[in-house]
Amino acid sequence: MTAPDTRTVTREAKHYKSDVKPVWCPGCGDFAVLTAITKALAQMGIAQEDTAVVTGIGCAARLPGYLNVYGLHGIHGRALPAATGLKLARPELTVLAAGGDGDGFSIGGNHFLHACRRNVDLVYIVMDNEVYGMTKGQASPTTEPDWSESRLTPQGPGVEPFHPLSLALISGANWIGRAFTGDPQTLTHMLVEAVNHPGLAFLHVLSPCVTYRPEQKDWKKTVRREAFTPTEDPVEAQRVLETDDGFNAGVLYHGRRPVYAPAPEATAGMADLDREFVL
Amino acid sequence: MASASLSIAFTGSGGAGVMTAGQMLLAAAGRAGHYGLMTRSMGPQIRGGESAAFLRLARHPVGAPDDRIDLLVAIDWENVTRFLAELPMDAGGLILADPAQGAVPEGLVAHGPTVGDLPLKETAKSIDGGRANMVALGAAAGIAGIDRAAVDAVVNRALGRKGEAALTAARAAIEAGFAQAREHENGHALAPPETAPAEGTRWNVSGNEATGLGALAGGVRFVAAYPITPATDVLEYLAPRLEKLGGNLVQAEDELASINMVLGAGYGGVPALTATAGPGFALMTEGIGLGIATETPAVVVDVMRGGPSTGIPTKSEQADLDIALSGMHGDAPHVVVAPNAIADCRATTEWAVRLAEALQVPTVVLSDQFMGQARAVLDAPGAAPDVPARRTAAPDDAGTYRRFAVTGDFVSPMALPGTPNGMYTADGLEHDASGAPSTLPEVHAEQLHKRRRKLEVFDYGAFWADVEGDGPAAIITWGSVTGAVREAADRLRADGHAVRVISLRLLLPAQPERLAAALEGVDRVLVVEQTEGAQFHRYLRAWYDLPADVRCLNRPGPLALRPGEIADALKEGAAP
Ligand SMILES: Cc1ncc(C[n+]2csc(CCOP(=O)(O)OP(=O)(O)O)c2C)c(N)n1
Ligand code: SF4
Repeated sequence: MTAPDTRTVTREAKHYKSDVKPVWCPGCGDFAVLTAITKALAQMGIAQEDTAVVTGIGCAARLPGYLNVYGLHGIHGRALPAATGLKLARPELTVLAAGGDGDGFSIGGNHFLHACRRNVDLVYIVMDNEVYGMTKGQASPTTEPDWSESRLTPQGPGVEPFHPLSLALISGANWIGRAFTGDPQTLTHMLVEAVNHPGLAFLHVLSPCVTYRPEQKDWKKTVRREAFTPTEDPVEAQRVLETDDGFNAGVLYHGRRPVYAPAPEATAGMADLDREFVL
Repeated sequence: MASASLSIAFTGSGGAGVMTAGQMLLAAAGRAGHYGLMTRSMGPQIRGGESAAFLRLARHPVGAPDDRIDLLVAIDWENVTRFLAELPMDAGGLILADPAQGAVPEGLVAHGPTVGDLPLKETAKSIDGGRANMVALGAAAGIAGIDRAAVDAVVNRALGRKGEAALTAARAAIEAGFAQAREHENGHALAPPETAPAEGTRWNVSGNEATGLGALAGGVRFVAAYPITPATDVLEYLAPRLEKLGGNLVQAEDELASINMVLGAGYGGVPALTATAGPGFALMTEGIGLGIATETPAVVVDVMRGGPSTGIPTKSEQADLDIALSGMHGDAPHVVVAPNAIADCRATTEWAVRLAEALQVPTVVLSDQFMGQARAVLDAPGAAPDVPARRTAAPDDAGTYRRFAVTGDFVSPMALPGTPNGMYTADGLEHDASGAPSTLPEVHAEQLHKRRRKLEVFDYGAFWADVEGDGPAAIITWGSVTGAVREAADRLRADGHAVRVISLRLLLPAQPERLAAALEGVDRVLVVEQTEGAQFHRYLRAWYDLPADVRCLNRPGPLALRPGEIADALKEGAAP
């Protein structure tokens, strides 16, 4: 992606934070993602002004306001298309798209498939808490079928959850990893790797919702660190996912799929186009 | 007697080559110095099915089909009854049909046109590689009195790359058509052009091509869109040309993606556009609202077709006016413009891009199938009036830049990503001047007011409408219907009735003071539009002061409004 900034500026993580106070509940996993982004950007030396963070709607999607980079806090589910338009129009920028699991896999599900397939050079961070936090606790596409805490689905949603990593893999994402907010250092490292890898990098972050899924505080016991061994082979990655229960962390896949980055050189001017119509 | 205008229809089943014959005749007439307009009618079939090409050739610029058809050349009669309403044949008309295809359908001969035999299939068969549509082209060109050399030049250009054999066959078929034309009643020849047009001054262009060209002239270098009839031609025109200009067209996964990609590019500082039709526009409304709230330039072209829902995808209507004006939730001021002729698609789309950029606002261009898919020989289209460029910011120290600061003209300089010290979040949440989310009533009121006022205080100049003629009666209209209205007005004036035509190009923000000035001295208004629900009439009632005597001539698509009925409607309303 963007070459490291060679200007003699010291970049510290705090420079990437804005002074807006997050609306998040104390203990929310999303704080760790915010911090990891600022650390990763500082570490890579990417200038604030050369970075853009694009999100949809949800607790997780509030991210851009808390960062001191260019931000686009758009509409529910549409972070990826907005990020795609920005990156294709301004390929020199480092563009991160981000949001929650409802934003990315439910209302934005179609864009997720097609963004992976299109493989534009973006990072897509999904802060998965298996619930709709912002709308106060409904089931999401990654919620277990028997989770019965929502008044909307008192018997539980009754449908099997999506497997986002599998979807990303079969759809064509070029880098796939899973991180956990309870392991912020690895999260930062993985972010750096995701930014540096060409094409669409999908970072699935297990990010507990302490308010509507308090039991997720136990994830620190369930998550297996570095459980994946990175592979370039999509078939191998697929095989690994067959036994994945959603708690394996690490880089699953880093591929060499062709990146969509059309950059045609101008070869004509308006006068040439006018001439086409002259009788 | 030679006529100043000649209307010709070709009909035939899909694959019969009706459109090719029509396009070649139009191009040949253009080369011979005539003006012309070709519209088309297609059945719902994906391939095949019935189709008809309607041409009007004339010594003056043509903006609308005539009330009647002078010459119908039928390659076959398959499903022609579906077009009956579009084929008004009277006693002055001539039908040339292949006797091998059976009798002329009754509906066509009811008003007494002359019927002549044109053995198209047989003639084509007698020529090695001959095709019936080329015989039909020759016959029509012969009857219209179009110079043979002009026809040959067009055929050479169109078929040259198919090789000598194809050219020879086509030329022989056309020659046979010309020969047969001589056998038929011959009062239909077009009067020769008044003067030969100067080299390079006439264009052959469709409305959708002109729209695409206008977008590029306005500076659009990023397009994201999802295919939909009748807007796809705009995209097909744009894709290779954008590449030539160093830009990009992305085929998005749906219209939700299209509009959001466009906003992403616009936020990044690259003028961006999407083109769609009603169903796609409906999907885009939330995104357009985001563009309004974040003050991000974007252009959305809606090439209207019959609605609601999937409606009549291949036919024209003006019924997306309501959704374009007020389809967004919340108080959502934006700009809506509408070209009123094929040539005008270029300037109006260019203007839309410039307005979107200058005012940092999503701008909707309402074109329609009739104008978009019609092709015309016309005088080279003009450009849009000057509009200031997008105002950008380059703050020189950190922490002072306020992206949404309220300025004198309510437009705030926009920092583009990559600009040091300009970092801000474009937020669909209500935000204060710095861009930080806010639920404070005073902040909401301030920003709503700012977003409305920046559009209201801007001076749109004389391009807001075309105001023509004078007198106490006025026709107010918009969009492609303007062509028929203009012709109706010309006829009325020729009959000694003074009439004013006001065709609105700028629909939002409404310009009540300008319309009041244009209506100075008018006591009687006829509103003309192609909707069932009189959407334009209701819009005028909501925003403007009109005289007491207002009538409305409105009809849904797909039938075109014809000049004669418009002139009659105005006369009917006249005081006895
Ligand atoms: C079109 C639309 N539909 C519904 C909503 C309401 N809404 C806001 S956020 C949200 C779900 C957010 O859940 P998720 O993406 O999982 O993020 P979280 O809040 O858990 O971080 C919904 C349904 C909306 N803003 N827009
Ligand atoms: S509701 Fe859940 S996801 Fe939202 S801020 Fe609170 S803890 Fe985080």
